[in-house]
Amino acid sequence: MRSTTEESDNRVIMVRDLEMRYGSYLVMSKLNFDVLRGEIKVIMGGSGCGKSTLLRHLIGMEFPTRGSIVMLSQKVSPDDAALTRLRHRFGVLYQGGALWSSMTLAENVALPMETFTRMGRKEIAEVVAFKLALVGLSGFGDRYPAELSGGMRKRAGLARAIALDPEILFVDEPSAGLDPLSARRLDELILALRDSMKTTVVIVTHELDSIFTIADTALFLDAESKTAIADANPNELRNGTADAPERVRTFLRRGAAPQFLAQAEEIDYD
Amino acid sequence: MVKQTQVQLLEVRFEHSGEGAYLLALAGNWTRSAMRANDQWQAFFERIPSSIGAAGRLEFDCRALDRWDMRLVSALAQMLRLSNEIGCEVDLRGLPEGIRGLFDLAAAVPEAEGRGSGDRRDDWLENLGHHVIAIVQGFWNYNAFLGELILELLATMRGKTSIRARDFWLAIQNAGPMAVPITSLLAFLTGLIIAYIGVLQLHKLAADIFVADLVGLVMTRELSAVMTGVIMAGRTGAAYAAQIGSMRVNDEIDALKSFGISPVRFLVVPKVLALVLMMPLLVALANVVSIFAGMLVAVGISDVTIPQYHFQIVNAVGMNDVLVGLFKSLVFGFIIALAGCYRGLRCGRDAAAVGQATTSAVVTAITWIVIVDAIFAVLLNILGI
Repeated sequence: MRSTTEESDNRVIMVRDLEMRYGSYLVMSKLNFDVLRGEIKVIMGGSGCGKSTLLRHLIGMEFPTRGSIVMLSQKVSPDDAALTRLRHRFGVLYQGGALWSSMTLAENVALPMETFTRMGRKEIAEVVAFKLALVGLSGFGDRYPAELSGGMRKRAGLARAIALDPEILFVDEPSAGLDPLSARRLDELILALRDSMKTTVVIVTHELDSIFTIADTALFLDAESKTAIADANPNELRNGTADAPERVRTFLRRGAAPQFLAQAEEIDYD
Repeated sequence: MVKQTQVQLLEVRFEHSGEGAYLLALAGNWTRSAMRANDQWQAFFERIPSSIGAAGRLEFDCRALDRWDMRLVSALAQMLRLSNEIGCEVDLRGLPEGIRGLFDLAAAVPEAEGRGSGDRRDDWLENLGHHVIAIVQGFWNYNAFLGELILELLATMRGKTSIRARDFWLAIQNAGPMAVPITSLLAFLTGLIIAYIGVLQLHKLAADIFVADLVGLVMTRELSAVMTGVIMAGRTGAAYAAQIGSMRVNDEIDALKSFGISPVRFLVVPKVLALVLMMPLLVALANVVSIFAGMLVAVGISDVTIPQYHFQIVNAVGMNDVLVGLFKSLVFGFIIALAGCYRGLRCGRDAAAVGQATTSAVVTAITWIVIVDAIFAVLLNILGI
């Protein structure tokens, strides 16, 4: 599946004619979209429409019944060795952080490096300290996940997700279970990481504030037609510049996001 | 036709108000506690739709209704369902606005479809098919797990992959030293019981001294390994299943996988190795403790002396017997760790599933311990060991 054109035209993920099923239940079909290098792509849609299922397919936890996912010029397939190589090139932030509860934060962030790099103990400790500082958790390295708040656990999960300096970062429901302020801070953190490290980010969310804050493009999954019905910049989708069915516009307008954003920008977060 | 029921706070009047129309007048406090205290209304409500009949119309008068809560609303909803079945018309306008609003809400959400309960048929053949598929699938899953575990174990032993020393020592500590008090207590009591019954019976033949043979052989060949196995299944096997299961609920297993770290290597291998290494040590200790307990009984309630008991034990229990017990315990340790870890990894994604995984880990382990012990008995008999 290697070809130079894919690399040169900047598409890091290509999804073609994807069909996902749970047993015999059809979740989504005929999904076609690309994710470009360095962009933040939001996968949105109502609850239970298959957003998280799509994410699980993208990260190779489940495999499509039809169609293909090509990531970083490599097909996502159940082949163990290839999948493991691919997995070292992307990071995943799970909904609740999914930190390994028997290990401290520092050990959580260090484990992937200990397992997959030749870095020495001291070197790893330095990198871990810096990554924890990036997410605003310096000094918390020797805490266990159970001793932290939900927001801190997510940020620690983010530090772990970027442990191996991934090219793509997948984020599942970043704002779930967080108060609006912590959710915005997490959004801003992701945005800052993208800007400085040029990481491609794929986020699953239904939070309108998040969508307008960080998304370059938004893929709208529709439970009714069981496929994606829009894929464009969320602001353009809302004001009608980009072509989309009416229900996408309704979904985006319902949250009265523009006013909220205007006010939110005046709030000082620290 | 006027019926009237009035008990304490509930007040209801049902009357024919002309030209096929019936009026249900509610008054007083229709709250949950009041409705529970006077449950005659139930039979009364149930009769209303049938007494109206298909041609009639039901109207409400709630002007005198003082207080009401969800209990009244659900009772009325039930009445509406019955009326719909019978086919009589219901005019909701007389109901308080709040109740009508709740009915609208309840009607607004369509019944769950697709994945929901709607299309689930109770066809026994289909159920049987699903069960068979689940059993076959379970068998393959188990085989795949066992295969992966064996490959990882071999890789670890040949030094191709390394497990984290800290995880391994933690597992050793949990499966070894921390299990010593409970396993030796039970071994002590088992030795005591067997010796006591043995002495009582053997005394009739004036063969008290053979209590040493009894305790020594029964414990070293069979019971030390089986008892320790049962305790460790309940103690450590259950802990493995619960720990791995709750890691699964919390996405921690997925997080391992998405880094390309094999959960089998990272979580299962240290646990299996630790338990397989610790079981023989625990059983060796159980042998010593139970034989000591047997001695206490023998010396205490019969006229056997300590040197006699010692001499008899040394003569009766051969190295073979001890080794048979220790080898069994090795196998039992593998079974327990395997059952615990497998059930944990296959655990569902909610709290109840962790409980099921734990239960099933213990039951599986104990069942297989007994089965394997029986197989050992037959094999050893054939081999004459």
